[in-house]
Amino acid sequence: MARDAVLVTGISGNLGRGLARLLHKTDRVIGVDRREFAGAPKDLEVHNLDIRKRKIEDLFRRGDIQAMIHMAIVHDPRLSQEEHHSYNVLGTKAVLEYAAKYGVRKVVVLSSANVYGPQPGNDNFLTEESPLLGSQRFPDIRDLVEVDMYAQQYMWKHPDVETVILRPVHIVGPTVRNAPSTYLRLLRPWTLAGFDPMVQLIHEEDVARALALSLRPGLRGVYNVCGPGELPLSAVLRELGRAPIPIPHLFARPLLDKLFQYRLAGFPSAELDHLQFLCTVDGSRYEREAGFRATFTLRETIRSVLGEVPPRIHVVPEGSQGAA
Amino acid sequence: MSTALVRYDQEKPRGLLGRLRGAMQKWTLSQGGPELEARLARLVAPQNEYGVDPFGLELDFVKTAIAPVLWLYRNYFRVETHGIEHVPAGRVMLIGNHSGQLPIDAAMIAMSLLLEAEPPRVTRAMVEKWAPTLPFVAPFFARIGQVVGTPENCKRLLAAGETIMVFPEGTRGLNKTYDKRYRLQEFGTGFMRLAVETQTPILPVAVIGAEEQAPALFDFKQVAKAIGFPALPITPTLLPLPLPVKYHLWFGEPMRFSGRVDDDDAELARKVAEVKRAIEALLKRGLTARGSIFR
Repeated sequence: MARDAVLVTGISGNLGRGLARLLHKTDRVIGVDRREFAGAPKDLEVHNLDIRKRKIEDLFRRGDIQAMIHMAIVHDPRLSQEEHHSYNVLGTKAVLEYAAKYGVRKVVVLSSANVYGPQPGNDNFLTEESPLLGSQRFPDIRDLVEVDMYAQQYMWKHPDVETVILRPVHIVGPTVRNAPSTYLRLLRPWTLAGFDPMVQLIHEEDVARALALSLRPGLRGVYNVCGPGELPLSAVLRELGRAPIPIPHLFARPLLDKLFQYRLAGFPSAELDHLQFLCTVDGSRYEREAGFRATFTLRETIRSVLGEVPPRIHVVPEGSQGAA
Repeated sequence: MSTALVRYDQEKPRGLLGRLRGAMQKWTLSQGGPELEARLARLVAPQNEYGVDPFGLELDFVKTAIAPVLWLYRNYFRVETHGIEHVPAGRVMLIGNHSGQLPIDAAMIAMSLLLEAEPPRVTRAMVEKWAPTLPFVAPFFARIGQVVGTPENCKRLLAAGETIMVFPEGTRGLNKTYDKRYRLQEFGTGFMRLAVETQTPILPVAVIGAEEQAPALFDFKQVAKAIGFPALPITPTLLPLPLPVKYHLWFGEPMRFSGRVDDDDAELARKVAEVKRAIEALLKRGLTARGSIFR
């Protein structure tokens, strides 16, 4: 069997579906996810599997996988630490080990710029060499940092494999339900009084494009992935016509912790750091080495959370063969 | 350039803040006249459609924020510059003595470069890592182009041809007590490593006057430490409110240093001492030349 397939873990998520639609025009895509992929393109092979199950080895054993894009990484503040650790860290270890065992030549891991963590002393543009301090003030994302570190180890341990680690900035989009997108959809979002850090956003489709680009032969390394630029949080909220509620930062944390505990808020207080300090990165290395450029403008990227910016990746109607 | 200033005008915050902003900008322009307007229009910052540069500098906000500084510069401290023609075009590192409890000296130097240097420019001071934790101060600094003084930030700005201001004495100089006036405290060497690495000319600057603006009698170091402040100076007015001293800014000639990036500290210290001597000479000259503290 020819080695020509791309295995995508976590394909049923928003990002995964976008990537599948982008990739399946040029590559044979095999998807894995615990969740159903509703409306999957017909020529897409999707397996309903948990990546921690041994059955996943069968997919690798067939020997037709040339590249793997691993994005089955969850971050849900309501999930327990154990569940996070088990799914993210053990899951990543499992698929990466199989990839090595069965000779997958390219391994792409989707990490996040959050691994650097918002800190008062941060450089304005963190490079890929900056320390990963994300879990210092936000212990709940320890597992995300661990996944990134594990992927880096893997890169050094397997010099013959082209390992790519992508660290995109805050991903937003019409259907994305992560913390930044949800926050920007609030009509009266909290801000921390007297703080207005620069923020970076990237459209989900641009992330899908960045992931597709990472498959280019020869590309290997750790890369920050930036969107169309950076701007003050207040400018983002103004663009969306929001009426923010400024809260003194000394009260905001204990207050949000209580609200979160009673399920009246969707964010743990550690997320407030993103409203207070910089966690902006330098994405120039990926631009230089992979030729990546965000296609959505700043304004389009911001407004995408409202669902009013039309998608650009061709959406394949069910049953068609999806010629580009 | 100037078009960016105009374009952003349409998106300024409305309401009370917007009105305040408009009034402050009017104040700026009424003090500076068409000459200042022309100079502001010559400022170049790579702005996006929201009027900010990648570091968060917003020229429109600069126009707003400089109004009181301009008033202090012209009417309160009556700043006089000497040798500002030495400021070279392109990237440069201004190295000065730091004094006066509040960093007004930094504001006055920055103002002089905006008003009198050729070409006019926005000076980036390298601020303490403490600043981003202070509400209102943090975004204020960012919008007027002040950046946390990490080596990485500094290199990035110099590579973009910007003007950087560093006070190697840091709070040792700023918050020293009155008996140590015009005596340079220990210099950090980080700026020299960056200057050598990025081949940036260093311009020594001496500030005369700031030492007398808020003479500190004591510095309660322990208390300051306990409340997380860099210093807690006690001046005759309790709060370090500045007296109407007269400021003189003396600019020396650009100094160029060469060497290897990984030179050892002794080699760097030698070069730093050279800069320190240049500032000391300027201070001496300035102190001899001035008549009174207030006039």
